[in-house]
Amino acid sequence: MNKFWIIFFHTFLTKLKTKSFIVTTVITLLIIVLLANITNIIDFFNKGEEGEKIAVIDETGVLFDPFQNQLKAIDKDIQLKKFTGDKTKADKQVQNGDFDGVLVLSNNQENLPAAVYRSLTISNTSLLSSLENGLQQMKTQMAATQMNLSQEQLTKLYEPVSLKKVALEKDAKTEEELSQARGLVYVLLFVIYFAVIMYANMIAVEVATEKSSRVMEILISSVPPIKQMFAKILGVGLLGLLQLALMLGVAYFSLKQNMDSMEGGFFDVYGFGDVPVATLVYAFVFFLLGYFLYATLAAFLGSLVSRIEDVNQLITPMTYLLIIGFMIAMFGLVKPDATFITVTSYIPFFTPMLMFMRVGMLNLPIWEPILGIVILLVTIILFAIFGAKVYKGGVLLYGKSSSFKDIKKAMQLTKNE
Amino acid sequence: MALEIEHVSKRFGKYTAVDDLSLSIPEKTIFGFLGANGAGKTTTFRIILGLMDASSGNVSWNGKPVDYSTSDNIGYLPEERGLYPKQKVKEQLIFLARLKGMSKQEAEKELGRWLERFKVPDYADKKVEELSKGNQQKIQFIASVLHKPSLLILDEPFSGLDPINVELLKQAVLDLKESGTTIVFSSHRMEHVEQLCENLCILNKGKTVLQGSLKEIKQSFGKKNLIIHADFDVSFLKEYPGVRKSAVTPEGIQLQIEGEEVAGSILQEIVGRGFIRKFALEEPSLNDIFIEKVGASYE
Repeated sequence: MNKFWIIFFHTFLTKLKTKSFIVTTVITLLIIVLLANITNIIDFFNKGEEGEKIAVIDETGVLFDPFQNQLKAIDKDIQLKKFTGDKTKADKQVQNGDFDGVLVLSNNQENLPAAVYRSLTISNTSLLSSLENGLQQMKTQMAATQMNLSQEQLTKLYEPVSLKKVALEKDAKTEEELSQARGLVYVLLFVIYFAVIMYANMIAVEVATEKSSRVMEILISSVPPIKQMFAKILGVGLLGLLQLALMLGVAYFSLKQNMDSMEGGFFDVYGFGDVPVATLVYAFVFFLLGYFLYATLAAFLGSLVSRIEDVNQLITPMTYLLIIGFMIAMFGLVKPDATFITVTSYIPFFTPMLMFMRVGMLNLPIWEPILGIVILLVTIILFAIFGAKVYKGGVLLYGKSSSFKDIKKAMQLTKNE
Repeated sequence: MALEIEHVSKRFGKYTAVDDLSLSIPEKTIFGFLGANGAGKTTTFRIILGLMDASSGNVSWNGKPVDYSTSDNIGYLPEERGLYPKQKVKEQLIFLARLKGMSKQEAEKELGRWLERFKVPDYADKKVEELSKGNQQKIQFIASVLHKPSLLILDEPFSGLDPINVELLKQAVLDLKESGTTIVFSSHRMEHVEQLCENLCILNKGKTVLQGSLKEIKQSFGKKNLIIHADFDVSFLKEYPGVRKSAVTPEGIQLQIEGEEVAGSILQEIVGRGFIRKFALEEPSLNDIFIEKVGASYE
């Protein structure tokens, strides 16, 4: 077998067999399954739980029924009970656990309803906002009656203004489509970001390990450093693809299983109901290119390090580049057509995330992503040539400090004087 | 047919690590590289292996320049451990052998044989980091010879080994030579070089100080060691003409003299003064030659 493939499979298989890899993969898959089933899980825990029980002391004697009607429309789980005793008695029952809280209804000077809610704690915000909503609606209605407004007038007053959005561009996405695209692009961006950081780091650590254990000297006495570097990058790349495929596969199937229970819910709004194939293909392409770009960078940075502890120090600036790219992309999700985003999407370090984000969110002419891909390819080739030069000298360079000055030294070691 | 090193120099910026080195190492012999730390031994090895390009000069193995087309025939044991600490012995040795063009089955067979020979067959499934330093060195040695190289380069092969394992490894080196391997090795330990090498060179600050066969080097050095154990005081011999160095020992004196004739006149001088327990004329040891040539700064 060709030596390239021997290193390729060796890298792939040894990494695959490491405990840390297996453990992280299994945990991630479990989290995905959990998230996909989150509604079922919440339902499961809520089944046994009854709605909150609230004692109502109606000081006016007339507010209880209209309030109960209003509240039913908001949250039918809340149970209201008319309480006839005084406040101290009610408080005691709350302390005993018979009720979750006491609501005291009264009228203020203007003869409009007001209320005091007493409970052990006031941390249950969803209950409080339901109560507030119910009271507000009741108050509005009573105020309207006081002013002799008819139901019709009231409806008119509260009717929301209509703002219809029309995109003049022929293929522009509608509001609904945009929000759908946003969800999918957001998730895929996250995947690209994490995967590139993780696997590029893995490359740097791998190279530094081989160098610090001096196994590198034996390797490069058998196989040219450049061949070895790319075999390693591809080997870890395959590992990454396998891991991502596992995650996407598990996510897809567990979501599909739960589709019925979620129809029209969160997942539909954010575009998981029907995934556009083009976006997935672009995500794949830009992940691969992003990985190759940063892996090449990581490989030659790793080759400059003498001790594994120093890897982080050299990798940090590279990680910053990725973080900046991700931040810009997050900003771009809100305003994908900003000039700033367009310009930065052609800077190779940011292209994998930004161009993908634009392609997913906007209807770009086909030349734009292709130009982005070409720019990336050219940069990767340039980096590979430069990186291979540094790598060849770098792996033989042992020093106390590891810094970017070593790039120059490494290149001097590589070339003939 | 040999390993030819012709006018090889290597400069790192202003610093010259190897200065116009020319050597011819005949096939099927053992060649020793001696030199103080920083003399340029490892750099020379790296150039021979093609890990580094020489600033000038050529290296050829059997008439062909050394590059990745010849690397399958070369085995290398680096000075420091060069193994994956977290991988199992068997796994990585087979990987390394396959990188030298050996098939998996053959590598497995050879590995079994070597582990058996070094009396460590149960290490096959252990991680390298679990082994002691000396045992790691044995594994490292196997890594360099597993693929049956015709040229074997050993950088400090005996460091960190106990005397028994040194013997084990020495025997392995001699057997490899018998079966036709050309071996180049470096060492700080003169006695290893004296026992193994037919030819050697001494490097100092990148330059060759001395080279040739062990016999020639010793003869041309001229000076000999004279050891005298006597019951009377012989310390006056320190000042005797023809004596270059001397050291008084509890039992007598040890002298470095310029030639055999000096020994003769010393014998005449002391005969009759008392009982002489020992009067021995010895070839200079490599240690003496090394210290003389490289300078007393090296211990």
